[in-house]
Amino acid sequence: MNRSHRHGAGSGCLGTMEVKSKFGAEFRRFSLERSKPGKFEEFYGLLQHVHKIPNVDVLVGYADIHGDLLPINNDDNYHKAVSTANPLLRIFIQKKEEADYSAFGTDTLIKKKNVLTNVLRPDNHRKKPHIVISMPQDFRPVSSIIDVDILPETHRRVRLYKYGTEKPLGFYIRDGSSVRVTPHGLEKVPGIFISRLVPGGLAQSTGLLAVNDEVLEVNGIEVSGKSLDQVTDMMIANSRNLIITVRPANQRNNVVRNSRTSGSSGQSTDNSLLGSPQHIEPSCEPEDEDSDEDDIIIEDNGVPQQIPKAVPNTESLESLTQIELSFESGQNGFIPSNEVSLAPIASGSNTEFETHAPDQKLLEEDGTIITL
Amino acid sequence: MSFPEPARSYGAPGVEFMGLHRENNAVTQIHLLPGQCQLVTLLDDNSLHLWSLKVKGGASELQEDESFTLRGPPGAAPSATQITVVLPHSLCKLLYLGTESGNVFVVQLPAFRALEDRTISSDAVLQRLPEEARHRRVFEMVEALQEHPRDPNQILIGYSRGLVVIWDLQGSRVLYHFLSSQQLENIWWQRDGRLLVSCHSDGSYCQWPVSSDAQQPEPLRSLVPYGPFPCKAITKILWLTTRQGLPFTIFQGGMPRASYGDRHCISVIHDGQQTAFDFTSRVIDFTVLTEADPAAAFDDPYALVVLAEEELVVIDLQTAGWPPVQLPYLASLHCSAITCSHHVSNIPLKLWERIIAAGSQQNAHFSTMEWPIDGGTSLTPAPPQRDLLLTGHEDGTVRFWDASGVCLRLLYKLSTVRVFLTDTDPNENLSAQGEDEWPPLRKVGSFDPYSDDPRLGIQKIFLCKYSGYLAVAGTAGQVLVLELNDEAAEQAVEQVEADLLQDQEGYRWKGHERLAARSGPVRFEPGFQPFVLVQCQPPAVVTSLALHSEWRLVAFGTSHGFGLFDHQQRRQVFVKCTLHPSDQLALEGPLSRVKSLKKSLRQSFRRMRRSRVSSRKRRPAGTPGEVQEGSAKTERPGLQNMELAPVQRKIEARSAEDSFTGFVRTLYFADTYLRDSSRHCPSLWAGTNGGTIYAFSLRVPPAERRMDEPVRAEQAKEIQLMHRAPVVGILVLDGHSVPLPEPLEVAHDLSKSPDMQGSHQLLVVSEEQFKVFTLPKVSAKLKLKLTALEGSRVRRVSVAHFGSRRAEDYGEHHLAVLTNLGDIQVVSLPLLKPQVRYSCIRREDVSGIASCVFTKYGQGFYLISPSEFERFSLSTKWLVEPRCLVDSAETKNHRPGNGAGPKKVPSRARNSGTQSDGEEKQPGLVMERALLSDERVLKEIQSTLEGDRGSLNWHSHRAAMGRSLSNGGAE
Repeated sequence: MNRSHRHGAGSGCLGTMEVKSKFGAEFRRFSLERSKPGKFEEFYGLLQHVHKIPNVDVLVGYADIHGDLLPINNDDNYHKAVSTANPLLRIFIQKKEEADYSAFGTDTLIKKKNVLTNVLRPDNHRKKPHIVISMPQDFRPVSSIIDVDILPETHRRVRLYKYGTEKPLGFYIRDGSSVRVTPHGLEKVPGIFISRLVPGGLAQSTGLLAVNDEVLEVNGIEVSGKSLDQVTDMMIANSRNLIITVRPANQRNNVVRNSRTSGSSGQSTDNSLLGSPQHIEPSCEPEDEDSDEDDIIIEDNGVPQQIPKAVPNTESLESLTQIELSFESGQNGFIPSNEVSLAPIASGSNTEFETHAPDQKLLEEDGTIITL
Repeated sequence: MSFPEPARSYGAPGVEFMGLHRENNAVTQIHLLPGQCQLVTLLDDNSLHLWSLKVKGGASELQEDESFTLRGPPGAAPSATQITVVLPHSLCKLLYLGTESGNVFVVQLPAFRALEDRTISSDAVLQRLPEEARHRRVFEMVEALQEHPRDPNQILIGYSRGLVVIWDLQGSRVLYHFLSSQQLENIWWQRDGRLLVSCHSDGSYCQWPVSSDAQQPEPLRSLVPYGPFPCKAITKILWLTTRQGLPFTIFQGGMPRASYGDRHCISVIHDGQQTAFDFTSRVIDFTVLTEADPAAAFDDPYALVVLAEEELVVIDLQTAGWPPVQLPYLASLHCSAITCSHHVSNIPLKLWERIIAAGSQQNAHFSTMEWPIDGGTSLTPAPPQRDLLLTGHEDGTVRFWDASGVCLRLLYKLSTVRVFLTDTDPNENLSAQGEDEWPPLRKVGSFDPYSDDPRLGIQKIFLCKYSGYLAVAGTAGQVLVLELNDEAAEQAVEQVEADLLQDQEGYRWKGHERLAARSGPVRFEPGFQPFVLVQCQPPAVVTSLALHSEWRLVAFGTSHGFGLFDHQQRRQVFVKCTLHPSDQLALEGPLSRVKSLKKSLRQSFRRMRRSRVSSRKRRPAGTPGEVQEGSAKTERPGLQNMELAPVQRKIEARSAEDSFTGFVRTLYFADTYLRDSSRHCPSLWAGTNGGTIYAFSLRVPPAERRMDEPVRAEQAKEIQLMHRAPVVGILVLDGHSVPLPEPLEVAHDLSKSPDMQGSHQLLVVSEEQFKVFTLPKVSAKLKLKLTALEGSRVRRVSVAHFGSRRAEDYGEHHLAVLTNLGDIQVVSLPLLKPQVRYSCIRREDVSGIASCVFTKYGQGFYLISPSEFERFSLSTKWLVEPRCLVDSAETKNHRPGNGAGPKKVPSRARNSGTQSDGEEKQPGLVMERALLSDERVLKEIQSTLEGDRGSLNWHSHRAAMGRSLSNGGAE
């Protein structure tokens, strides 16, 4: 095979592919026919041959397009390696007895090859890698637990992010009663409870809500004294950014969180358990406040556009009534038709938004403290 | 589901009082106390309540003074004290209470002190009867109690088994006794006290002379008026003497059991004439207005007042043919069920007069008699303006009510039925019976809940008060444009079909067919006459309607789309389909709701099954053997709870695929800057159930070429609210943030021209949010998220002008909002700040909330029962409330001949002596069972406000509203 090695380097585009193999400090270069790579067994033999290590058991790995070190140990991943290599297939060979398994995947940014875990599962001395899953732009949060430090440990405030109609929120609420401590002693009071989670729905997939959790607040507004229909309407009205404060039916999980919060209490203002706050929070903040404000306008049967926000009226800011400015999010707003580009005016309003958003959030939180 | 029961009293037009019982019990009897300005009510819990009209601050108020429950000796059966008859005695403020046990108890007013020594027990009566009449069986319950017309010391007691005695109160003895073979229903004592007329359960009545000559075992005369076949009971009878000699015999019931047993009749017999007035609902009670002077020799009746379950009917007994009298109040609003209402404020005098003129020609069959009930004096100032309330009805009629003052008065009735071919031809009316028909039935009253064809129902009304153009739209997609014409006319109605589905294919409408219109000219009576009929296809119910009389355009919308029609050129301008392709429900029509009913049935069965399964599981779980089952149960404690809770609500964001998203909720015409900020143009706006707003720019040719060039329309904007809540209101604010005026308002110099210099703003009200956008470039400016904050949804929204009480010419426009919780809120314009909130309608009262209409001046109406509108006011300036005075006995003496001539005295001649003192009070209340004893009506009635604040507190409450409003700057 190495007979065509010189030639192949120059004509990689003509069906052959250059392979650069490294064992220890030694490199070997050769080429393979891209269309007919053959079987892994043959390739393994070829590697032993070119490196002149015929009886040594080795682990074969290659660098994928992202620069991750991935193993080659069967026909499938061998073919994958060949087909994705461009222009060069870089092979790394380790002796099996001295192999550093943790080398595999350490550079991995996208963890999608379960082959990796298949190979490495038996070995437990692998150092637990720091979880950096992906670039924030590739991911979006579906839920988070917020305000851990300001809520009683028996409560949990869950934020559900609803994007478009891809996944239903998927839960039901019902009337019920709960026992409260009141100035007059224990008292049975009516309450609203989660009655059902739809399999595959957003609520279920978060694992943060469960049947029989008592709903205490919806987006910072207490539900006590409100009817089931009112709470239903409030939740639906907030469905694009629903923040539910519940008293979980299962209080066992609270103990863990309690110890953690007590350690960090007073330090963190946003103790999000999922993901890293500094990555996720900025990207979703505009979404939080006004995700449902991305009304669409079609002018003269043209292309749908998001409605921009007009220059805010300062008068309305002063009032503590229920008036909010309509902050039009420009960055991560839900745009039903994905190809729609943002109106340039939206970026201008974003700066406006960011200056006000924290205030608003604080207000909300203050309200929470009072009500609790 | 019961509420505190109001007692109401009515006198002259504008004179009315309401009192609210604290108890949640039905009122079964009301009695006026002669000459006291007081009345006693009996509730179905056997409690008595004393009310009096007290003058406070120049106006009378109805107040409850005392209440009382009759108690027998310990251990007595409850029936011993169950009150059947109440007789207010003319002397000494005594109440005689007849009971089921046959005893008559006496209590003294006003404190309801029981006078036990005066009790007339059945045993005492029995002992004082002559030997031959002494049968135990003659007693049983007291059916009738009457005071002697001339001698207050004699009362008559009638027992249900047929014994009637005249009892001497002073001597405690039986003066006379009469024994009938039939069960007694009621009894009447002739004015001179010499004749008794008793009526019986077999449909007969008997006359008994009262004379000391000899005890007559047999009646003078016994008659079964509708015999010889078995008849129903005559439950009440009146025998009234006249100057001319021949008496009036008026009785209730007595109809032949087999053929007319289901009729509700009152028969009047006089001078060879006999008429059985046939009512469409059960007769609760009736009375006759007669000569009031107790000294007069004759009754001389002049009006028959009948309270039926659904309406009040007054019949003129002086005019030949006994015509009915038109009601100045308490008209039957629901003679056909109300399907919609529309309020127009401040009607120009010219239009007002023309409507009244058209209406007066319809009322030719009414008596010319002045309204005979004239108690009290209305102190309410004349209304400052003329307001019309239009109600649409299930039978295809529109009724025009004078809503300017306290009473709703019917002005004119428009019927759209003549435009269509219906199954029942009005000419084939079988009510015109031959002369010799027996019994001589005659239909009276207007209550007729049966609609020939539900498709005729009126759903939307729009009246232009300046031009007299009226648009009405109905259940089967019909839209009529009408014009007021003072003359009768025979004209053909131009018919146009509006195909709202356009090219959408594969849809099959499974609902009702459209109405078949009459071809050729149709004769229309003076009034509003239709000239254009647009029929939507598919013929779904019209859900929104707008008329622009200046541009001569009418816009209409259904669940499928909307269209614009040029009624000047009689040409369709455009139609727009708003349907979402996945919206099966809208496509198939109302029939497909059957499916969802099936589905819900299925679900409830499933729930039942599930709960049965879980209950089966629960039982063995307790036994020690079933450890596994038990532990499984403790792991899922929720399952059990879930089964117990029958109601759960799905939490899901709305999507474009939801049903009825295309349903057009609101249409609005505006002259504004739709495309660019340099030129304004006419525009049409439509809002749908799915949160979409469509804006069309219109080109209306100038007046001189109006007939030559077509009106053109082009879609200019489409806005999709991402929260997708139904759009319930669209409004454009001018450069000064003032709502644009109505069409022709400026032309009639009744409004300032809108400011066209500054930039206009678009206000969109959805069920969940209020949003202000800039125009012509649509950018979001302000919003108020109502539902997210309160969990309430907007049901009705309207611009209201709040005038200042201090400065005559100052006022502000704000939004009056009704939520699904029954709250009324005021939201400021243009900043959308919530100002005040009041509970108004009970949140469970869905039909009350659905029926609410706002006026342009901060008032509103809603139905508190199918037949009654309640009026409320948010305005400090515009208040309509009854304010009236009833002279008490003391002040009465100063005005003997003042207006209330002897002929007009409404009180029935049932009381002698001081009866004239009572004449100024409300005769409706003399009736023993008032309107409010009707169960169905009662259930609908509720207090005006939350809790049991009565109408008397209403005033102060509104004052509070006024203060709060002033914060909003409306002073």
